Amino acid sequence: MKGNFIDNLPKVYGIYTGGFLAFIIIMSIGEQMGMTSKAIGICFVAFTVAIYAIIGYLSRTAQADAYYVAGRQVPTVFNGMATAADWMSGASFVAMAGGIYFKGYGYMALLVGWTGGYVLVASLLAPYLRKFGCYTVPDFIGTRYGGNLSRFLAVVVLTVASFTYVTAQINATGTIASVALDIPFQYAVYVGLISILLCSMLGGMRGVTWTQVAQYIVLIIAYLLPVFWISNKMGAGFFPHFMLADEVARIGELEQQFGFVKNAAADLKTVPKGLAGITKAHSAVNATPWAFISLALAMMMGTASLPHVMMRYFTTPSVKAARKSVGWSLFFIFLLYSSAPMLATLSKLSLIDPTLSTGIIGKSIAEVQAIDWYQNWNSANLMFVSDFNGNGTLELNEFFMGGKAVVLATPEIAGLPYVISGLVAAGGMAAAMSTADGLILAIANAISHDVYYKIIDPKAETAKRLVVARVLLVVIGFAGATIAALEIQGILGSVIWAFDFAMSGLFFPLVLGVWWKRANKEGACAGMALGLLSGLGYLIWVRNGGSGFLGITQLTFGIFGSAVSLVAMVVVSLMTSEPSAATQKMVDEVRVPSGKSILGKQH
Amino acid sequence: MSKQQQHWEKTRGLLMMTLAIWFVFSIGIFLFGAEMNEVTGPFGYPWTYWFTCQGSLGIFVILIFWFANRQEKIDEEFGFSEREDD
Repeated sequence: MKGNFIDNLPKVYGIYTGGFLAFIIIMSIGEQMGMTSKAIGICFVAFTVAIYAIIGYLSRTAQADAYYVAGRQVPTVFNGMATAADWMSGASFVAMAGGIYFKGYGYMALLVGWTGGYVLVASLLAPYLRKFGCYTVPDFIGTRYGGNLSRFLAVVVLTVASFTYVTAQINATGTIASVALDIPFQYAVYVGLISILLCSMLGGMRGVTWTQVAQYIVLIIAYLLPVFWISNKMGAGFFPHFMLADEVARIGELEQQFGFVKNAAADLKTVPKGLAGITKAHSAVNATPWAFISLALAMMMGTASLPHVMMRYFTTPSVKAARKSVGWSLFFIFLLYSSAPMLATLSKLSLIDPTLSTGIIGKSIAEVQAIDWYQNWNSANLMFVSDFNGNGTLELNEFFMGGKAVVLATPEIAGLPYVISGLVAAGGMAAAMSTADGLILAIANAISHDVYYKIIDPKAETAKRLVVARVLLVVIGFAGATIAALEIQGILGSVIWAFDFAMSGLFFPLVLGVWWKRANKEGACAGMALGLLSGLGYLIWVRNGGSGFLGITQLTFGIFGSAVSLVAMVVVSLMTSEPSAATQKMVDEVRVPSGKSILGKQH
Repeated sequence: MSKQQQHWEKTRGLLMMTLAIWFVFSIGIFLFGAEMNEVTGPFGYPWTYWFTCQGSLGIFVILIFWFANRQEKIDEEFGFSEREDD
């Protein structure tokens, strides 16, 4: 029966995709027939979440192997889609195009970093960890280096990094649920959380895998359809990725023409919090090489250390499949990431070009304030204009927008039907939910498997282990939601920190575990503990007015943390005795794909 | 040298080559971002802008598939590849 399901995957998801497209068409007919925009938004979010919940229910399991690694039978392409959904968070979906819109080149380091990291995943880690046969990332650390301390430290790093990340995701689900369902944010956060738990609670990794594939399909349609539609509607080209060179050049011209006028501090105080103006060149190089490279490098090494991504490659049928699957993951990520700069270009041009009907720069302030979509997004606190110089005309420096508005508002500005906005909400929800699921599961699995089962009660039966795993899942979810409800950090800030934390503590212990036989327990423990502490210390120092050094900022503190981790690990390893012959033999076995995995099938 | 050592030697060689290409397109070229952006590149975009939007990203995708194929060949050569029914 199970084998049947795997064989039928293309058919199952083909029907699902067709069904989703049909649903979009039904909604647009509904819109023609006078369905309100609110009803459409509710339908989109409720319908997709209900589907995920059904998939989550159908994937329920009572087996450890299925709960922790989806039975290790997820085909490469589908694992690629699941990883892409796991990877692309609410931030990628909602905030990335906005970041590019406002910051240009300096921000695009994230695009390079968040894709380049997969080369490290494929070549340094994923196939070897798959051969190892572990359930979680700390499982690898604990078995390779031995001892409960190393296992425990790995759980600590994993929890710090993933928890930082997950609050941002629950926050994003809450934001979208509160807008689409029109309920207060404090409650919407818990609606989001319950949707997330519906996917993962019963089926663990198996449930998350099959819902993530479904979520990928929704989010990629929701991202690409508007980009292509807007581009065609504006007459910018039917395939925007290859045809926007003129538009990019035109933005450069307009920037020259308008100039970047600096606003007085007193004027800026009147702008609502969270909104920004266009102050940086769109396609010109506006950051120093080191600022760009250090951010890209931090994101790449962070990618290779984030446990919720790594554990997706534990679910493939073989080592070979794990490698290929990384390629597919990046391909599916590429589809969205390469579209974000195009959306930013279209969005910016449609707003600032006075020769376009949608352009608002150069129009009178009163005229802009009378536009429907301006009023909508102004009341949603995502758009703002003000006549600083009192000439009655809107200048480039007098127009402010929230980062999310690029994705959320551009369809409306370009005059697309409301059904697209509903679709985008469903896509954002899918992106945030899938990432939150992966993260919560990574934390709960690490604590239930590595702390509870491996350290506290090694004799626990499967049924009991899975109860503990599920209880932890709910507890961690609620803890995340509670913190998300406090709204401490913006979505993107905490996402980037998660990468820095992960690379500070885990990058070198993971990589050297495979590539350096001499690495031992003492070295790994020192690397994890000192790496995480020094990274955290640096962050606190810079946050409290510290000047930092070598141009390492609060967004790239992982570079410092991981450097300390590397030095500590090498020095301490060399000062203590080399690993036992059994451990060295284990490393040899990890390095060849054939033969049995190091850890048995059930462990 | 044992079969296993030879296999690892080759695997390490492939890793170095992969990381070298990765380094060029994730870090190397951006040392010259400002200069490179003066020149018009693919589809009429400035070179640096194109690399950050599509170029580097696409090269990474191809690089991983290329790496996976090469590694499979190495594994086969030394008889270390997995059985299909595994």
